[in-house]
Amino acid sequence: MAGMRRAPAGKTKCCSLHTVTFLLVTLFLVLSGTGFRILGNSMLGSRQAGVGKRGELDGLQAVEPSRMVYGQPKVLTPCRSDVLVLTPWLAPVVWEGTFNTDVLNEQFRLWNATIGLTVFAIRKYMVFLELFLQTAEKYFMVGHRVTYYVFTDRPADVPHVPLREGRRVEVLKVPGALSWQEVSMHRMEMISNFSQQRFLREVDYLVCMDVDMKFCDHVGVEILSPRFGTLHPGFYGAAREAFTYERRPQSQAYIPRDEGDFYYAGGFFGGSVVEVLQLTTACHQAMVVDQANGLEAVWHDESHLNRYLLDHKPTKVLSPEYLWDRQKLGWPPVMKKLRFVAVPKGHLDIRGS
Amino acid sequence: MAQLLQILAATQKCCSLRVTFLLIALIMIFFSYKSYLYPRSQKPESTQADVNLTVREHRGLQSVKLSRMLYRQPQVLTPARKDVLVVTPWLAPIIWEGTFNTDILNEQFSLRNATIGLTVFSIKTYMIFLKQFLQSAEMYFMVGHRVIYYIFTDKPEYVPYLNIQKGRQIIILEVESYYDHWQDISMQRMEMISNFCQERFHQEVDYLVCSDVDMRFSDHVGVEILSSLFGTLHPGYYGLNRTDFPYERRPQSQAHIPKDEGDFYYIGALFGGSVPEVYKLTKACHEAIMVDQANHIEAIWHDESHLNKYLLYHKPSKVLSPEYLWQQQQMDHMHDQEMIFSKIIRRKKLKVLKKNYQLKNWIEEGSGLRLF
Repeated sequence: MAGMRRAPAGKTKCCSLHTVTFLLVTLFLVLSGTGFRILGNSMLGSRQAGVGKRGELDGLQAVEPSRMVYGQPKVLTPCRSDVLVLTPWLAPVVWEGTFNTDVLNEQFRLWNATIGLTVFAIRKYMVFLELFLQTAEKYFMVGHRVTYYVFTDRPADVPHVPLREGRRVEVLKVPGALSWQEVSMHRMEMISNFSQQRFLREVDYLVCMDVDMKFCDHVGVEILSPRFGTLHPGFYGAAREAFTYERRPQSQAYIPRDEGDFYYAGGFFGGSVVEVLQLTTACHQAMVVDQANGLEAVWHDESHLNRYLLDHKPTKVLSPEYLWDRQKLGWPPVMKKLRFVAVPKGHLDIRGS
Repeated sequence: MAQLLQILAATQKCCSLRVTFLLIALIMIFFSYKSYLYPRSQKPESTQADVNLTVREHRGLQSVKLSRMLYRQPQVLTPARKDVLVVTPWLAPIIWEGTFNTDILNEQFSLRNATIGLTVFSIKTYMIFLKQFLQSAEMYFMVGHRVIYYIFTDKPEYVPYLNIQKGRQIIILEVESYYDHWQDISMQRMEMISNFCQERFHQEVDYLVCSDVDMRFSDHVGVEILSSLFGTLHPGYYGLNRTDFPYERRPQSQAHIPKDEGDFYYIGALFGGSVPEVYKLTKACHEAIMVDQANHIEAIWHDESHLNKYLLYHKPSKVLSPEYLWQQQQMDHMHDQEMIFSKIIRRKKLKVLKKNYQLKNWIEEGSGLRLF
C-alpha cells in the first residue's frame, strides 16, 4: 500500500483517464453480462408461467389460480345419463353438461396459450369465409388469443372482418386450380408444411376446420388437448360395420370391419401443433402412397384421418354438437347445443366448379 | 470507488492490473452467459394439466402406433356408468370400473416404455405392514410394467426379503424420523418425497404413486390411474356436500378452504402423477406445513388437509374413485347405506388394514396407530 502512494505526479493524469475509461468499460461488460442472466432468468420465469416455447405448454404456474365459486360436482350424479362421456382409453367425449367453462377458462388463462385456426377458402369456397369469421368472432375461443390462418388462392378477396383484441388474420397464399377433392386432400400437405414453417413458432394449438360452416354457439377451450377428433354427425349412432371407412385393403386408409372406435369427421380436428404436424404429415404421406398405387380413398382425407385416429387414439373426442348439419339431421334431443353447423348450399354447384 | 481510482492511478503496474480486471470481467460474463444457457433450475418438463399428459408422455405419443386390436365398439349413446360421475367439470376422468379398457391402455403404455415409482413409508411400527403391502403389490400393481418400489424406512435391516418379478425392483431409502407422533411422520413424508424427486426420482421414473403402507392390494391397479396429477376420492365422503368435507376451516391455516369451495375430498393415502407434478405438490404442501408450524397451528387432517388445498387450486388431471382406496371399518359404521355403497363400489382395490390395538403393548416407541 505504501509503495503505491509514491507514484510520480506527472503520470497520474493520463493513467487515471485511461483507467477510468477502462473501469467503466469493464463495469459495463460485467453488468450487461449479469443483466443478460437476470433477463434470462426472468424469461425462464415467464416460460414457467406458460408463455414458453411454442409447441410445448409449460404448466408450471408462476401465476396462482384465484378463488372460484361454482356448484359442487356430485360424485353420485352423472352429468349425462344418455351419452358416453369417456372413451375406453379415458379420453373425455365433450358434450354440453360435462364441463364448466369458467373453471376451464381459468386454467387456460394461466397457461396464456394461443390457438391457431386453419381454414381453406379456395376458389368458390371464398364465399363462405366472411360468415365463418364473423361467427367465429362471436363464439370461438372468446377471451383467448387466436390467429386465423386463411389458406386461399385469392388473397385480395379475403373479406375484412372486424376482430376482437388479441386476434388476427394471417392470409396464406396457395395454388388454386384444383377440384374440391384435391383441395380436401391437399389440406393435409399444406397444414403439415406450414406447421413446420411457422405454426410451431406462433401458436400452441391448431384447430383445422371446414370453411362452409358457421358457429352458432360456444366453442371454447374445452376442446383443446394434444390430439382431438370430432364425431361425424351422420354416424355417431351407427355400428362400426356401417362406418364409411375405406374398405379396400390396398389403400393405406383401410380399416377392416371388425375394427374402429368412431367415425371422425374430416371437417374439425386438431391438437397441439406438434401432434397436428405428426397427423397431417402421416396422412399426407399415406395419400401419396395411395396415389402412387393409383388409388384414392373413398372419403379422401377423412378416410386417412380415421385410420390415423384409430392407430393414435385422440386425447379428447368432440361430440357431434361440434359439427352438425341441421338441414339433414334436424335437432335431436341428445344435442343440447348445436355449436358449429353446415351452411346450406347447393352441394353440386360449389363442388362442380 | 474514488479511492480505488486513486490507488490504481498511483500505481506503476496499472497495465497488468487492467489486464487482470479485464480477465476477471470476461470470466464473470462467461459464467453468467453459461448459466443462462444451461439453467440448473428444475428440469423444465412441461405438464399439460389439461389432459393427462406431460411432455414426456407427449413425446411418447408421437411414436405410439397401436397394433391391431379387437374389442367391442364403444357406444356413443350408451354411457359406461349411469350411477356415477365419470368426468370432472374440468374434463378429468374419474376412474371407475367399467369406464376403461385395460388392454388398450396397457398397449398404449407399454409402447412408451415408462417406469412407475411407488413410494411407501415404513417407519417405526409401520414396518409390520410392509410385507403384505409388497406381496399384494406384486400381484396387482402395474403388472407387466416397470416398477420401482421406494421404501422409506428408519430400519432398513427390517425390510423383508421378497421375490420380485422381472422388471421390478426395491430401493430402500434410509431416512431419519425425528418425530414420535404419527401425524408428524405423516407430514414429514411431503418433505421427503419432494427432496427425493429432485435427488433421484426425476432420473429413474416417469410417474410416482405415493401410498400409505397400512394397506393391501386386492384387485387390479394399473396404468389407468396414471396422468400428470391424480388424487383419490376419500371413501368416507364422496357422497356428501362440500360443507361436510373435513377440510381445514380455520383461516389461519394454509390449508384453509371456505365452506363454499371444494370439488372433492381427496384422501392423503393415495396420490401421484408425473415426477415434476408430484414434486410441485409435495414441495407446496411441505412449505405450507412449515408456515403453519411457524404460526403454531396444525391442520386438522395434517398432510391430507394440505393435499386437499393444493388439489383445489391445481386440479388433478385424473381422479380415482373410492374403489382405489377402501376402508371397510368406516363402512361398517354406515349400515343403512351399505347396500347403496356395495352396488356403486364394484371392486375394492386397495384396502386399509384393520389395526389390532393389542399391538400397542409391544410397540417400541409407544406411538399410536392412525385410526380412520
